Amino acid sequence: MQIDVKQPILQKNDTLAAELRKRFAENHVFVLDLLASPGSGKTSTILATIDALRDEFNIAVIEGDIASSVDAEKIKAQGIAAVQINTGGACHLESAMVKRAIDILDLERLDLIILENVGNLVCPTDFDLGENAKVMILSVPEGDDKPLKYPGVFQVSEAIILNKVDTMPVFNFDKEAFESAVKQLNPTAPIFPMSATNGEGVQAWAEWLAERIRNA
Amino acid sequence: MHELGIMTGVMEAATEAAHNAGAEKLLKISLSVGEMTEAIEDALVFAFEALKEGDPFTADADLDIKIIRPSSRCLECGAEYEHDRFHMLCPECGSFATELIAGRELQIDSIEVDLPDEANEQES
Repeated sequence: MQIDVKQPILQKNDTLAAELRKRFAENHVFVLDLLASPGSGKTSTILATIDALRDEFNIAVIEGDIASSVDAEKIKAQGIAAVQINTGGACHLESAMVKRAIDILDLERLDLIILENVGNLVCPTDFDLGENAKVMILSVPEGDDKPLKYPGVFQVSEAIILNKVDTMPVFNFDKEAFESAVKQLNPTAPIFPMSATNGEGVQAWAEWLAERIRNA
Repeated sequence: MHELGIMTGVMEAATEAAHNAGAEKLLKISLSVGEMTEAIEDALVFAFEALKEGDPFTADADLDIKIIRPSSRCLECGAEYEHDRFHMLCPECGSFATELIAGRELQIDSIEVDLPDEANEQES
C-alpha cells in the first residue's frame, strides 16, 4: 500500500526555526547567520563588526565549531556575550543547537546576534536557523572561482563579504570574474570588499548591517 | 556530508508514518530532491543503505529519489524557465529580478508499506 507523506525532510528543523524566528521578531533582535570556509576570517570579521557597531547596538555571538571554545574566548575578551556550541562532528548548525544557545542569552536586551556557523561552504546552506539573513565570507586566498564550485552558498546569502582584499596582488585574484560569477548566481546581493584585520571596507559592511538591524 | 543527518530524519519520519498506518514492513521511500540543494544523490543512497540495515522493519526497503530541475519566474516579463544551478538570469529579457519556483525541494513524497491484512490475502 502506498501512503502519501508529503512532508519536508527537514520539517523538525524548519518548525523549530520558525519558532525561533518568531521569538527573535518579538524581541526585535536581528540574527545574522555567517557562513564561510575555515580560515576565511570569520572570527576576525565578527570582531571588526562588533567594533564598528557596539556603540549603537547590544551584540551577542554564538560560535559553532566542531570542538573547542577558542573563538568564544576571543569574543568574550572584547566584553561581548558569547556562547560556544560544539557540534561534536556535525558539519553545520541546526536550529535545535541554536535554541539551546539562545535560551542562555537575554534576548530582550539584545539588538544583534551573530551566529558563526561551522566552517563549511556546503552543508549549512540547507538549514534554516530562524535567522534574518545569511551572509557569507569568501577570502581572497580561496580563489575567484569559488562561486562556480559552491553555487548554493552564494545563492542563499543576502550579502557577500570579500575578505583579505589586502592580499589580492599576491593571490592573482580576478575581482571582475568573481563579481560577474556572483551576479549570475545572486544578482541582488551586494559584495563588500574588506580587510577585517586592517579595517579597510569594514564601514560599508557595518552600515548595511546597521540599517537591517534598525528595521528588525 | 550532511546527508547522513538528512537521511536519519527521513528514516524516522517514514518509520513513524508506516507504524501509524499499522504496517508490518516498510517497502519503499520516495523523495523529491531539488538540484539547488546541497544534498547529493549518491551520498543519500549510501546513507540510506547504511541506516536501513539497523532495523528489520526497514531492512528490505528501496529508495526512490526524484531529482527536481531548477526553474524560475522572471519578475519583470513573467517568463517561466528551467535553468542549471549557475544561470538564473531571465533568458527572455535578461533581467536579474527572478524568483526560484522549483529546485530547493527536500521532501518525502510517499512511502510503500506491507499491511498485515494484505499479507493474509496473499497467503490465502
